[in-house]
Amino acid sequence: MESGSDPVLRAEDLSVELGGLPVLRGISLTVHRGETVALLGGNGSGKSTLVRSLLGLTPVRRGSVQLFGTDLARFRDWSRIGYVPQRSTINLTRAKVSEIVGSGRLGHRLPFVPPSRQDRQAIKDALEVVGLADRATAEMQHLSGGQQQRVLIARALATRPELLVLDEPTAGVDLEHQRILADVLAELLRRGMAILVVLHEIGPLSPLVDRAIVLREGRVVHDGDLPRSTSELHDHHRIEHGGHEHLEEEHASGPTPSVAGPLDTRNGASS
Amino acid sequence: MIDILGYPFMQRALLAALFTGLLAPAIGSYIVQRRLSLLGDGLGHVAIAGVGLALLTGQAPIPVAVLVCVAGSVLVEVLRQRGKATGDVGLAILFYGGLAAGVLMSAFAGGGTGALSQYLFGSLTSVTPGDLVVIGVLAIVVLVPTIGLAPQLFAVSADEDFARVLGLPVRTYNIIVVVLAAITVTLSMRTVGLLLVSALMVVPVAAAQNLVSGFYAALGTAMAIGVLVSVGGAAGSFYLDAAPGALIVVFAIVVFAVSWPVSAILAKRRRAPVIISEPAEHPQIPTPHVLAGSHPHQHGDPDCDHPAVTHGDHVDYVHDGHRHAIHKDHYDEH
Repeated sequence: MESGSDPVLRAEDLSVELGGLPVLRGISLTVHRGETVALLGGNGSGKSTLVRSLLGLTPVRRGSVQLFGTDLARFRDWSRIGYVPQRSTINLTRAKVSEIVGSGRLGHRLPFVPPSRQDRQAIKDALEVVGLADRATAEMQHLSGGQQQRVLIARALATRPELLVLDEPTAGVDLEHQRILADVLAELLRRGMAILVVLHEIGPLSPLVDRAIVLREGRVVHDGDLPRSTSELHDHHRIEHGGHEHLEEEHASGPTPSVAGPLDTRNGASS
Repeated sequence: MIDILGYPFMQRALLAALFTGLLAPAIGSYIVQRRLSLLGDGLGHVAIAGVGLALLTGQAPIPVAVLVCVAGSVLVEVLRQRGKATGDVGLAILFYGGLAAGVLMSAFAGGGTGALSQYLFGSLTSVTPGDLVVIGVLAIVVLVPTIGLAPQLFAVSADEDFARVLGLPVRTYNIIVVVLAAITVTLSMRTVGLLLVSALMVVPVAAAQNLVSGFYAALGTAMAIGVLVSVGGAAGSFYLDAAPGALIVVFAIVVFAVSWPVSAILAKRRRAPVIISEPAEHPQIPTPHVLAGSHPHQHGDPDCDHPAVTHGDHVDYVHDGHRHAIHKDHYDEH
């Protein structure tokens, strides 16, 4: 673990209220370069709110958020972050895949200027990473749920980010597509991407996860190795007292994600 | 068609209809994407207050109505961004307050509601040369950002949160959309009218989405449909001696009605499973066993593009003009 390196994301003592009710209370967390952190918890535990407040989409009541060492309020380097919102919250059915992924380049483009060759290349690269290069001209509504999810990942990748934030990418996606999704994320990890992923249940993504943060009623109840099963996730007493021996075994047997090297894709973006 | 071009007022009316037909569906594409289809209707009501104010003060109606409607649209958007307009009640008060104020001011000006009606449903004879200049200039003012900022406005309209994390100035773009919509609504009052303009913003977009795929293709197609029905409706209303707005909207709905079965056919062609029955004559004679060539992917995979075909008791996959059937570890040609 690269605990010595600068974190790409750090939150300290974060509290968030929605409609006057406390939703998050005193949350502190860090995500390091090349690390995959899973944010787990039941319905209403505050996972999605936490991700939204880390990205400045939901106002923070108390505490601080730093992205790449800069305070959220002063952070302007948004192309270093790729955001994959929940698929169900957006309305993109009629648009083409290439148009949607093309939106991901807008952080690099000036208004009234047509897309450059570099923009088109980045769109092509992003679609290739998620295995949908042959679907660029398809309409979003003709794709399956899992494919739509990969289009949204490609859109986030088009900006060539260093930190990818995914909000429930496996929700409503069948097991087969979840495995494809896991392969896509594994490839991104191999390239040195840091990933923060909100999950309702762990599923096929579990071998990729370096660290799990479990939320319960707006508080962090666990920050460490992945809980062994969903039932443990919803019962933090067992996580703290009974689950650790098993966890050690499972974690040792799983593949260790690579943390090496800068992003290959980033070199292209800076040239 | 040639004879009506001889009248100067018809030349102006047809040009105004051309501008309206271009603008309304263009800005309507973003409004529909944001699921605010009835925003245009509300802004039309606000513009009526502007017309009433112009009648009361003796000013030219279009510039006054543009100012009032733009101010109203910015107010609506700021309320929405602050989360204050979620209950729709604030919007309803603003929109219907606008309508009521317009009617009252028109009455004080001595014209009553009759003076307003030419602005509600359009009026061919009312486009003055001065109006046409204002409409032409403002049409260009609206069209340049509507087309030039299309990628930004599309991204913001489709997924506001993602656009914000891209670092785009989302609030500014949202205000640009409603201001452009407000100008478009007001310019349309001479042709399609303030009560019917919302239909011209929404219906051609819906028809275009049935006919073509992709946001930008639909944007262009919607503008083409908008020009067609606006100019056609304005010309037709000359012969019918009717308010042009009604005929423009009827034409737009006819285009939509025609586009509906077209989209159903396109969707069916894309999805329908084909069923091939086994030949009935000699079921005992087995099909010759022809092995298919090697394969980059597994048929039936989530990413497999080849249409599945039910063939008797098994499934074939259509593959470059022939069919592949799974047989143990390889594919047979069927």
